[in-house]
Amino acid sequence: MREITYLEAVREAMTQEMERDETVFLIGEDIGEYGGAFQVSYGMLEKFGPERILDTPITELGLTGAAVGAALVGMRPIAEIMFMDFTTLASEQLVNQAAKIRFMFGGNATIPMVLRTPAGSGTGAASQHSQSLENWFVHVPGLKVVMPTTPYDVKGLLIASIRDDNPVVFIEHKLLYKTKGDVPEEPYTISLGKADIKREGTDITIVATSIMVSRSLEAAEKLAEEGISIEVIDPRTLKPLDTETIVNSVKKTGKVLLVHEAAKTGGYAGELAAVIAESEAFGYLDAPIQRLAGRDMPIPYNRTLEYNTVPQVENIIEAARDLAKLRV
Amino acid sequence: MKISKKEAKELLHTMYQIRAFEEQAEKSYMAGKIHGTMHLSIGQEASAVGSISVLKPTDYIIGHHRGHGLTIAKGADLNLMMAEFYGKENGYCRGRGGSMHIADMEGRNLGANGVVGGGIPMAVGIGIGLKMQKENNVLISFFGDGAASNGAFHESMILAHLYQVPVVFICENNQYAMSFPAKDWTTSEQLAARAPLYGFPGKAVDGNDLIAVREATKEAVDHARNGDGPSLIVNNTYRWRGHSKSDRNRYRTQDEIDEWKEKDPILRFRKLAIEKKWVTEKEADEAEKQGYADIESARQFAESSPEPSVETIEEGVYAL
Repeated sequence: MREITYLEAVREAMTQEMERDETVFLIGEDIGEYGGAFQVSYGMLEKFGPERILDTPITELGLTGAAVGAALVGMRPIAEIMFMDFTTLASEQLVNQAAKIRFMFGGNATIPMVLRTPAGSGTGAASQHSQSLENWFVHVPGLKVVMPTTPYDVKGLLIASIRDDNPVVFIEHKLLYKTKGDVPEEPYTISLGKADIKREGTDITIVATSIMVSRSLEAAEKLAEEGISIEVIDPRTLKPLDTETIVNSVKKTGKVLLVHEAAKTGGYAGELAAVIAESEAFGYLDAPIQRLAGRDMPIPYNRTLEYNTVPQVENIIEAARDLAKLRV
Repeated sequence: MKISKKEAKELLHTMYQIRAFEEQAEKSYMAGKIHGTMHLSIGQEASAVGSISVLKPTDYIIGHHRGHGLTIAKGADLNLMMAEFYGKENGYCRGRGGSMHIADMEGRNLGANGVVGGGIPMAVGIGIGLKMQKENNVLISFFGDGAASNGAFHESMILAHLYQVPVVFICENNQYAMSFPAKDWTTSEQLAARAPLYGFPGKAVDGNDLIAVREATKEAVDHARNGDGPSLIVNNTYRWRGHSKSDRNRYRTQDEIDEWKEKDPILRFRKLAIEKKWVTEKEADEAEKQGYADIESARQFAESSPEPSVETIEEGVYAL
């Protein structure tokens, strides 16, 4: 199969959907000639023209609201917020409007929009350009939250998100943009709410999100040499969550490590832990549920400090080793 | 702009419907029949009716939290509207939205909004959508003087101009943002004068003069429909009642309220319509009587309507 980058897969998904459906359009800051801050939409202005690639001035609230309004009259906008940190500026329209309009209007309206945004640290962009704020949106009924890890997943999930009739917060990771993988050329969808077992194992289940999936897979490789067999699950969509795949895996392994980049307190791992603890998997647990997440602090600028703020491969190895020894 | 006799009577009738709806809403609330809050637009009827009367049925509106008048002016089914106010299953929003969120998607009323300024950014996107759909429809986006101080306003005006959207922004300056007086920070003229700074026309209008509102809106709607982009109109008006049910009117005097009651927009149009012989005294009385009768029948419909069932509580959170 053809290999392309995560970034190219995002662009291909948007391009193919725009070719298929004339109601799909892009709106965002510097997405035109500049190609987007990360070059995701590079070349799309030439292909589709300024009528469908709407380059905006610095108006996060305005452009997000414009996407909500366009969706309300039957369009399928894809809004890009340049850094996830800036969703704070857009959140009124996302949280109070997009998420609630359908319900408030008695089910008589739909908001088929996607808000794409890159999250995560590792680029030396410091505290205001490195956050992972996914759990804020997970907490808002009416939104769906998607966080893909591989080029294959990002294409299929983005196409599914564009075709979904609900507002979807689609979270990419800056460090994943250049990663490569097999991606079919033709359009395809991956159902929202379907997790993927990225590696099968028998001793410990790791449920990880976004770049932590790649790091967990790397850790699992090393741990296999030590005789520890790790199963890695990527929920891919945080909301709706595929509880079944996770519960079944934990029942099999009896141990679970939850890994994400976002700050630990109030993070998604807390939700996952509760879901597992409430489920039939509880009785199968051979050790307490473990969380490995970002420190409860802003992301620092300095390379070494930044590196030590969020989980790295060696932290995952260590946490899994400890868990392997742990008993109830 | 010419007004036919039939049209004049209908305009008067619609204004009376709004007045009657608001009075009934207040009465029902005082009688303990309403669970939530309400924001009454008594005194602002000419702004709602005058502006929306120049739209075609295929045109759209998006409103603010004081939206009963706008909804009626856009031709809502009064039964479904009153049922929604009562929180009933057969209301416009199945009792999920209430007074602050009444939307009539079929009637192309894209809803009231509980967040001050919340509808303005959406208006730009609706305009983008309408432009792409090439059906030559326009949108009126209503908001208040309170929203005009909000950051959403500024961003939206910039985008509206940039994309030349077919949208008429109408600021209903009713003089108070909850309790904060507009006169302490702006005037209708100053608000309207912002528009040319963003790059499009703006006009302040006597919002209690139905004819003036109609003419200004017609000009702006034609401008939008011709592909010439957005406009801003500021209708200078006044709300007779408090902001909502919690209001004790501590921030204004009874004299001021009485002074504005003298400028009643309905009586003003009624007088003019009789003077111009668009309607007779008798026809004006009929319009009034009919308006109140329409609302009384809507009240009966609402009160005899079913409550939503708890089994359906989560319906509509997501599109399936």
